[in-house]
This record gives sequence, C-alpha cells and structure tokens, in this order.
Amino acid sequence: MFILEHIWIVPALPLASWLVITFFNRRLGPRAAHVGTAAVLTSLLLSVAAFIALVARGGEPVTTGGRWLTLGSVTLDMGLVVDNLAAVMLLVVSIVSSAVHIYSMGYMHGDRRYQRFFGTLSLFTSAMLLLVLADNYLLLLIAWEVMGLCSYLLIGHWFEEDWPRMASMKAFMTTRVGDVAMLIGIFLLYTNAGTFNIAAITKAAAGGALAPTVVTAGALLLFGGAVGKSAQFPLHVWLPDAMAGPTPVSALIHAATMVAAGVYLVARSFGIFVASGDALFVVALIGGFTALFAATIATLQTDFKKVLAYSTVSQLGYMMLGLGVGGYVAGTFHLVTHAFFKALLFLTAGSVSHALGTLEIHRMGGLAGKMRVTFWTFLAGALALAGIPPLAGFWSKDEILVAAWGSGWTVLFWMAVATAFLTAYYMTRLTVLVFFGRPRDHHAYEHAHESPRVMTGPLVALTVLAVLGGLPGSPWAGHWLGHFLDFGRSLPGLEAATGHVHGVFAHGVELASHAAGAAHAAGPVLPIALGAALLGILVGYLVYGTRLVRRERVIRALRPIYLLLKNKYYVDELYSAVFVRPAVGLAELCGLFDNVVVDGAVNGVAWATREMAFSAGEFDNVVVDGAVNGVASGTVAAGRALRRAHTGNVRSYMVALYAGAAASLAVLVWLLI
Amino acid sequence: MIDLSYAIVLGVLLFAVGLYGALRSSNAVRVLMCIELMLNAVNILLVAFARLNPAGAVAGQVFAIFVMAVAAAEAAVGLAIVLQIVRQRGVAEIDKFTLLKG
Repeated sequence: MFILEHIWIVPALPLASWLVITFFNRRLGPRAAHVGTAAVLTSLLLSVAAFIALVARGGEPVTTGGRWLTLGSVTLDMGLVVDNLAAVMLLVVSIVSSAVHIYSMGYMHGDRRYQRFFGTLSLFTSAMLLLVLADNYLLLLIAWEVMGLCSYLLIGHWFEEDWPRMASMKAFMTTRVGDVAMLIGIFLLYTNAGTFNIAAITKAAAGGALAPTVVTAGALLLFGGAVGKSAQFPLHVWLPDAMAGPTPVSALIHAATMVAAGVYLVARSFGIFVASGDALFVVALIGGFTALFAATIATLQTDFKKVLAYSTVSQLGYMMLGLGVGGYVAGTFHLVTHAFFKALLFLTAGSVSHALGTLEIHRMGGLAGKMRVTFWTFLAGALALAGIPPLAGFWSKDEILVAAWGSGWTVLFWMAVATAFLTAYYMTRLTVLVFFGRPRDHHAYEHAHESPRVMTGPLVALTVLAVLGGLPGSPWAGHWLGHFLDFGRSLPGLEAATGHVHGVFAHGVELASHAAGAAHAAGPVLPIALGAALLGILVGYLVYGTRLVRRERVIRALRPIYLLLKNKYYVDELYSAVFVRPAVGLAELCGLFDNVVVDGAVNGVAWATREMAFSAGEFDNVVVDGAVNGVASGTVAAGRALRRAHTGNVRSYMVALYAGAAASLAVLVWLLI
Repeated sequence: MIDLSYAIVLGVLLFAVGLYGALRSSNAVRVLMCIELMLNAVNILLVAFARLNPAGAVAGQVFAIFVMAVAAAEAAVGLAIVLQIVRQRGVAEIDKFTLLKG
C-alpha cells in the first residue's frame, strides 16, 4: 500500500504548513488558518487511509526508514513504523487536531498573534504524529521535546499577562524534571542494548539479554518522562496551571494528545515494563494514586477549565493504572475514548467562556436554554466521562476496572472505583452549576449567545465520537478494537516476555494478552462500575441540584478536609518551600557573589587597564611623539640649511666637484708621503 | 723613445686646459667639448702608464678604449639634453638654466 510505505507524508504535511505560515506570516494574514487546517485535514484523510490499509493487511506492521548516520562503530537508524497502535493513535491525533484547528478559526478570531497560533498548532500536530510513528527512542525523544516546546509557546500565547507567562515556564520546568529521567533511561537502554530501536530493545528485554536491574531501571526512568508529560503525581502541578493558554490548546495538547503521550510511551514500551514486573507495579501505583488524588481535588475547583484539568490528570492516572495492572488494551482504549470526550469538554468550556467572558463556574448557571448546542454536546461529553453506557467512556473505563479486578490487587481496584464515583460526582456538579439553576451573574447571562457554526461544528463532530467512539471496543462489536490492538501482535516477543515476568503481575499480563475475552471473566465489575457512576451522579445532583444537602453545613463539618482539598493538598506550597524558594535563595546568593566578587574583579581589571592605558598614552604623547617630531623637525632644519648649496648652477657644481676631487687627492698624497 | 715625463706633462696640460674651459665657458656645447678634452687627457695618461706594466699587459690600453666608448655615449646624451634645452629656452647658456635650484 502506497500510504503505508510513505507514512512520512502524514507528519510532513503539518510541518510544511508550519514552515509556510512561519515564512509567509505577513503575506498570508488570516489565511494562515486555512493553510494549517487544510494540512491537518489532509493528514486526517491519509491517517484514515493508513488505518484502513493496515486493517486490510491484518495489522501486520510496516517499517520504513534507514540508516541516519554512522559515527565510527556507532550507527544510528531512523525509521517510522505503522503498526496497530500507531494507526489508532494517528487517527485520534489527526481527528482531534482537525477539530481543534477548525474550532480555533472561530475561537481565536481577531487574536493579535493569530498566524503564530496556527503555525505552532501545526508544528505541534506534526511532532505528535511523528511521535506515534517513531520506531526508535531517539526520534521519539525529538518529537517529544518539540511537543514540549509547542506546549510552552502555546500556554504562553498571551504572554503580555503574568499568569500565562509563568504557567508556561512552570509547565516547561516541571516536565523537564521527567524528561531528564527519560533521557537517562533511553541512554541506559541504548548502552546496554546497543540500539535505540524500540522493538529491538523490547526483544532484548523480553529475551533476557538485558540484566533485570537494567530493565527495571530503564523502564522506571522512561516512566519518569511519562510522569512529567502525563502530569502524574508528583509532577502533576503544571497541568492545571497550563489552563492559562487558549482553550483550543488545552483541548488539543493538555487533554487529548500531548499529555497522553506519556501513556503512549508506556504502552509503546510495554514489553520492557512487562519484562520488569516491578516497574509495572510502580506504574500501577502512581497511576491509581494520581487518579484518586486528582479526582478529589477536582471536586472543589471553581474554574471550569481547572475542573477539567484535574479530571484530565485523574483520567491519565486511570490509563496508567490500566497499563500498570497489565491492561494494555484497556489503557490504550481509554486513551482513545478520553481524547475524544475530553477534547469535546474543553471545547465546550471554550464555547462557554467565549459567550460569557469568564470561566468561574459560580458566575454561570442556567445556560442550558441559551446555548443549546454547547449544552447538549457538553452533556454527552460529561456522561461519557462519567461512564454511562453506551457512551465511549463507559467501555474503556470498564476495561480498566476489569483489568484491575483481574490483577488481584483489591486496593487498586477500589481506588479505581472510588475515582469513577468522584468523576461522576464532579461532572454532575459542573453540569448543574454551569447549565442548570438560575443564572448567578445576570449581566453575563444577558450577553450569553451560542457560538458561531465554525465552533459548534467541531463540537458536534466530537460528540459523535464521544458517543460512538467506544463501540469498536465494546462487546457489541466483539471487542474488535481489543483484538486489533492485541498486544502480542504489536510487540513480537511477548510470549517470551510473559515467561520472564518476575514481578507481581503475571496474572495481569496474562489477562492483557486475552484482554478481549477478559470482560466475560469479571462478572461483578460491570455492576460495580455502573453503580459507582450512577451513585456519583445522584450525590452530585443531591448536593448541587437540590437543597436537600446543605453545602455550608457539610463544609463546616469537614473543614480540615475541605481546606486540604481546596488547597490542592498544598503540593504547590510544598514545592515552593522545598524547591522554588531554596532555588531562588541560591540564585540570590549567586547573584550577590556575582555582584560583589565577580563584578568587583571584572571592574578592578577594567580600572587597572584604564589607568595603564592612560599612562601608556602619556608615554606615547611625550616620548614617542617627541622623538618622532624631533626627528622630523631636525630633518626639516637640516634641509633648510642645506638647500642653499643647491644653486642649480652647473658650473658651481662642477667647481665643487673638482675642488673636492683635488682636495681628496691632496689628502691622499699627503697621507702617502 | 720618448720619455714618460713628456707624456705626463702633455696629459696634465691637456687636462688643465679642459678643466679651465669647462669651468670658464658658459656655452653648454663648449663645456661638453672641454669634458671630452679632460677624458682624452686621462686616456693619454692611461696609455702612457700602461707602458710601465712589466708583462706587457694591455689593461691600460683596454681601459682607454672603454673610456672612449663611455665618452661617446656621454657626448650623445649630453648633446641631446643640450638640444632639448635650446629648443625649449632658445639659449645654450648653462648659467641661465637653474631648474634644480633648491
């Protein structure tokens, strides 16, 4: 198939769009948006073609690429691989990116850096598409860092204000902590396996060619990168602040794609994690903890986007949990469905803030009647997130719960159930506060209006996916997606890997390779998941929809817990005290040292040099110039005296000549005699 | 056999006549002619002294021939310069020609 052989076109198109927008910025003007959107839509079409082509050949991976460079005995290969995971990710990324591009044409209309916004969006899309296609860690890391850069640029899009500027810095710095770990991990694996190729490293790890400690350390260091990028505890702090960026950016980068790259990394390296059961266990623990932790914070946030941000952190933890308990299909499936409905939710948040000019949910209310399209699309997204069948989120969440149940770790399972309950609760709270009840800010309410078609169009398209997106993985479709993603086929050597599992999840991994059939084996999971979701909605409705539960009284009764949650567990304060303030103090100390010692030395040297230059100049003026001028004036005086001898009269010259000759002769004769 | 002293007296007298003429006359052509006289006086002395050379060497005679050749060249250049001066100034008086006065 042509497209599978030339898959490089898919990331190249948005890259070309970025170049065109960057170089013809002025000439293009607002048409830059059309360039970017056209490129991404073409990539979407090609992704669909690639997906169909891959399904047609039965999911057999296609690798393209070749030698990149040779440095002595070291050779580096660069290649792209389209396998089942990459094909699915291509679809997800290009769909969400297309929707966001179209939506942004309306949302960012009239922005002062409109072209730059679309240029960076294109570059980001290109990097994300490249990331999912990379067949080696080096290329993956390049794409990974380009995404980090785009994230930084787009969070700080409105850098005239303090908040976005500082948030962009925080996001960049925090993810950097994880990236350093990831870099070390990649080099560790490279030095031990002798290659960057993911499949080859996986094979080496699974086949026992790498020492178990190397595998575990490599996997954990890679996971460090994923923790930073996917905002897992303890590096989750940047994602909520990243909401300072434009809302389409939050939808694309900070909900659907870039933050999911960490999950993708774990999924792509799953064979390495499986080979080290301990690493997998850490993934499950961090994921499960983050899921519950962030969900509790989300229940008390009052900013529309921040609720969604903490929800994203929580859901990413959910995916990590799914992967960690061996649910490879469950984790990636949830990544796909989450991308659709969370992008949708963010875009509706943008639509609401576009209409009201605020994101404070306590100033909203009663918008259901005024913004019909936004309301219905939001409701679909919220229900999908809450896990109500048959919407997308239900199926994938159920898969994760099944995998957690099957792993035998009861604590993790109940953490996941509690998270599901809290998710349903805070989404109900959000829905009720924003769209129902009486408007709390009449001025804003009067001005509210439905967003233009260019914004509601992508909402409707994403709603369709949020509703139907889970069906390919549902039992109704015979777990088609599960079979397609089937771990064993995408990563050769799994059979060997399962034999090498020395950790605690042998059972879970076994489940993963039979993920499709797992649903039948876990009877009580479905009712528990559904019960948790419905209970969450019910409690949420009781607290916020009716006056049956007095919020003030609950807050007063649980004041310590309320304060703890309201302040996000004081993690930011802790980091500020432990890392930021010592760093600033150290910087100030260094600054002082610089000012006093270094600057003193430099200024002293400068002063001495200046003084020396002055005295050297004086010497020049007096002695050297004096000598030169003396010679000159001596010469002039001599010339003036001697010119008299030059009469120009030939005969006088001749007299002098012969007189001289005669005198010389006389002296000679006198000397000789 | 003529005594060497005759030749020396002739040479010195000729040289004195040439020197006197060269210093006294103001006509450029006459100055040139006097210079030729002096050169020829030197030539006589060269040839005369050459006879004193024991091995019959011809260095003195050869040197005289060289002097003649140089004198011919000198006369040609000198006359050419004088011709130019006459053409430009209309006079051949070297006292009136003091371009190189410092």
